[in-house]
Amino acid sequence: MSEHIVQPRIYIVIFLALMLGTGLTVVAAFHDFPGPLNAVVALTIAVIKATLVVLYFMHVRYSSRLIWLVIGSALFWLAIMFALTISDYWTRTWLPPL
Amino acid sequence: MSEVATTYEAGAHSALQHHFENMEQQREAGTLGMWVFLVTEIMFFGALFLAYTIYRYQYPAAFASASNHLDIRLGAINTAVLIVSSFTMAMAVYSTQVGKQRNTIICLILTMILGATFLGIKAIEYHDKYRDHLIPGQLIPGHPFNPAVAKPGDTDEHKLHLVEGATVHNVELFYWIYFAMTGLHALHMIIGLGIMIVLTIMAWRGRFGPEYHAPVEISGLYWHFVDIIWIFLFPLLYLLGRHLEGRIG
Repeated sequence: MSEHIVQPRIYIVIFLALMLGTGLTVVAAFHDFPGPLNAVVALTIAVIKATLVVLYFMHVRYSSRLIWLVIGSALFWLAIMFALTISDYWTRTWLPPL
Repeated sequence: MSEVATTYEAGAHSALQHHFENMEQQREAGTLGMWVFLVTEIMFFGALFLAYTIYRYQYPAAFASASNHLDIRLGAINTAVLIVSSFTMAMAVYSTQVGKQRNTIICLILTMILGATFLGIKAIEYHDKYRDHLIPGQLIPGHPFNPAVAKPGDTDEHKLHLVEGATVHNVELFYWIYFAMTGLHALHMIIGLGIMIVLTIMAWRGRFGPEYHAPVEISGLYWHFVDIIWIFLFPLLYLLGRHLEGRIG
């Protein structure tokens, strides 16, 4: 597989999208959404921004399946660490105190 | 199996190491290796994000109060600075790919200036926290964590404004996490600047071109990764309690 050269035009579009996302996340932070939605909105924007950086600035969109596998496995293990730890803290209060 | 042993092509690139068949294979192996390293980085930053998540869940009011004391303007400016630096880094990679040595050097220097700007702004923020006695524990000997707490109606921004239900002790916990995460991030930036200096010298000596630019590309991966960490740190540390600012007691 030969190397894919990402054109500056694409870098500029991604750069503008990242700046827009930063502005959006600041504006959204001052808006009082119901319940836990403030955190959800902030994290959604952050995940979208990170995905754009990974796919375009880091060329992963044009990389081999092996790179996708490595990143996918990282996210998978990260999810295990979060899921098991949070399930512990979350359910501790379910038991009556001894 | 073919009997023909791998032979070095006549005129093979001088940067080609003997254990690779060609430049393409060498470049892909390098990129894969860098990603494996970045996975380890994801895991240890992930553990810090996990600690943050658990304590924020346990002490939401203290976290909101502590976060609101951070300077949102400096945080936002730094986010923009890092995004611009990621763009200039991406352009440095593009410039080497198309063999524009001068542009490569210009982009690398711009990236370094932006990285140094980020660290400078970070230093101002750290100093503000020092002034307000918000450095946790006894990290600075003789200057313990001891912020002045604002009474209702007091608008002094150097004082800590507690949201209902927050305690100063749990605010200190937030600042432990804040300094651990931003400190490690800043350390990565400093290492990144060192890498940029080496790259600039290599580019200056004409080491890179369309055939060989793996060091620039791989360092770019590192730089963008550090940017991604900040993309998460900014909303999680600076923005989490802003919607509660009207309810400060």
